[in-house]
Amino acid sequence: MTAETDPVQLLTPEGQRVAHPDYDIDLSPGEMRDLYRRMVMLRRLDVEATALQRQGELGIWASCLGQEAAQVGSAAALRPSDFAFPTYRDHGVALTRGVQPLQILELYRGLTNGGWDPLEKRCGLYTIVIGNQVLHGVGYAMGQSLDGTDDATITYFGDGATAQGDVNEGFVFASVFTAPVVFFCQNNQWAISQPRERQSAVPIHQRATGFGFPGAFVDGNDVLAVMAVTRAALERARSGNGATLIEAYTYRMGAHTTSDDPTRYRMGDEVERWRLRDPIERLKVYLAREGIADRTYFDTIDREADDMAVTLREGVRRLPVPEAVSIFDHVYAEEHSLLHAQRAEFEEYHAGFVDQGVR
Amino acid sequence: MTTMTMARAINEGLRVAMDADSKVVLFGQDIGRLGGVFRVTDGLQKDFGEHRVMDAPLAESGIVGTAIGLAMRGYRPVIEIQFEAFVYPAFDQIVSQVAKMHRRSAGTVRLPMVMRMPYGGGIGAVEHHSESPEAYFVHTAGLRVLTPSDPQSAYLTIQQAIACEDPVIYLEPKRRYWDKGEVDLDTTLGNTGLLSPWRARIMRPGTDVSVIAYGPMVRTCLEAAEAADGVALEVIDLQSLSPLDLATVVESVERTGRAVIVHEASRTAGLGAEIAAQIAERCFYSLEAPVQRVTGYDVPYPASRLEEDFLPDLDRVLTAVDRVMED
Ligand SMILES: Cc1ncc(C[n+]2csc(CCOP(=O)(O)OP(=O)(O)O)c2C)c(N)n1
Ligand SMILES: [Mg+2]
Repeated sequence: MTAETDPVQLLTPEGQRVAHPDYDIDLSPGEMRDLYRRMVMLRRLDVEATALQRQGELGIWASCLGQEAAQVGSAAALRPSDFAFPTYRDHGVALTRGVQPLQILELYRGLTNGGWDPLEKRCGLYTIVIGNQVLHGVGYAMGQSLDGTDDATITYFGDGATAQGDVNEGFVFASVFTAPVVFFCQNNQWAISQPRERQSAVPIHQRATGFGFPGAFVDGNDVLAVMAVTRAALERARSGNGATLIEAYTYRMGAHTTSDDPTRYRMGDEVERWRLRDPIERLKVYLAREGIADRTYFDTIDREADDMAVTLREGVRRLPVPEAVSIFDHVYAEEHSLLHAQRAEFEEYHAGFVDQGVR
Repeated sequence: MTTMTMARAINEGLRVAMDADSKVVLFGQDIGRLGGVFRVTDGLQKDFGEHRVMDAPLAESGIVGTAIGLAMRGYRPVIEIQFEAFVYPAFDQIVSQVAKMHRRSAGTVRLPMVMRMPYGGGIGAVEHHSESPEAYFVHTAGLRVLTPSDPQSAYLTIQQAIACEDPVIYLEPKRRYWDKGEVDLDTTLGNTGLLSPWRARIMRPGTDVSVIAYGPMVRTCLEAAEAADGVALEVIDLQSLSPLDLATVVESVERTGRAVIVHEASRTAGLGAEIAAQIAERCFYSLEAPVQRVTGYDVPYPASRLEEDFLPDLDRVLTAVDRVMED
């Protein structure tokens, strides 16, 4: 067992640019501002969605507060033709892949179990069953390589998921087939009430070695480091060298979901310690100090976020509730006689209420 | 009599079983300090210690598979699956190992384990948090299946499940967790009399139609019986889905001549199909009308804003009652 190392860092929590022997990133000022903008918009979506849940507009919300750099930095490293498989918390990944904020809210409002076309966005639907999507990512990557492309796949999961069979089977398949896949684990320290040690007795990135591919350990609150490490892993995948496991060390600043009460299992001062490592503040200080962005720019972004928030609040209430009979839609690709009959029965039953003027 | 919620009644039942037998251990995700996402195990780790209430890694096949080993070593594991749809990663261990071990070992290995899980819909949850998978387990020989419908039934059935020498799937109707009811904490498994957890309970006697339900739908059917105009519904709570207490069902249907079966799970090959077949085989000459089923539809459980259109409700039960009364 190797000793615990420090995570790759290119920006200190104080916003100082530092060098790393293995990783570097060269982004234009525009690209850096774009990362900042994406993280701010993501946070606003998250804060707004939490509020909308409190007001009863959403059934539940899984907050990604504190994980903005891990999600945006990794997804920004992808090419449009790559594919991402997110979990229910990876709103930054979905947004970066072009999913619209309201499409995400539609899911949490209980209007759909999907929300977007995964093939068009090249972004899988949110997967709630822990670990399932990791195998899908590996299989998709196998297809990319069978097709002879140099595209790659990234699949997301949490620290808790590393205990799950599907995830470990994904590791095995990826290494046996040298699949062009990046396993991106956001270690946000908690799986609901369970700390990381309950899922893995060794640091997560160290487990990669046993499966036959490298593990990388990155400061998940440093968007530049996350992007650099993910880019390197994607490059490795594209050039036919197979998988990488990235452990992004970060923190779930909020409750597990809006149904959770974290005061039952974790200390407030832990949250306060992590607040000092805020991923957005860190980049902002750096951008300002280097003159890459100024006050006017930050204000513009804040206004854009304010506008989005208004659009979300109004838009979410206007999202149409699908017709009841739509529960019979798309169950099968081909006509299914039994379901067809049941649908007719359903329509007849509801027509009866209309006749009586009850509904 | 004490008034308490079903969640509390299960907690009390677990306490009784843990006090009585030090081999009873709880195993599951977030069941310790958090007390489970529904707080059913609230306070148990504090009172019984971390060696008896163990938080498990996030792997359901792992939980069930290791519980088998614990049971072989003489423990009585009571495992919690956080939501019913997360039992599927463990389905292999349950169907291929848990259910068959006693038979394969010619009776030498007993697996007295309980697999608890909240099930059913009606709470506005996201996908995979509202399903009713009971038919899979009832269909699997070697498993027993219990489901309480109210606090009193929960208090007793959980104790019965733990005392049982066979593996028991224990399905908790999550939308009824917070329903309150009277519980006689002094009833013990030895003195329940007709309250035997393996027996169906006639919750409300009636002469016209036997309404057969279990778990979350019992309350719905009792409400329907209350609302029914000029028809006396007899509401039966099965409690045990495997084995089914057919004697109680048959006796009732022979009296009423009419049967309506109600469950949230999809219709095709659901419990209603088996019960209807049994009624057809045993009560054919007493029947005044074809048996009716009121169930979820044969579609994936819908997004929560549409779940009311999927779930049986009072109106659908009464419509089925009208239909059997017409004939
Ligand atoms: C197979 C399965 N078991 C249990 C759950 C319930 N559950 C939802 S999220 C969660 C914890 C996940 O932790 P982690 O993988 O670290 O992801 P995070 O929520 O921290 O992003 C659990 C146990 C589930 N969704 N799927
Ligand atoms: Mg986590």
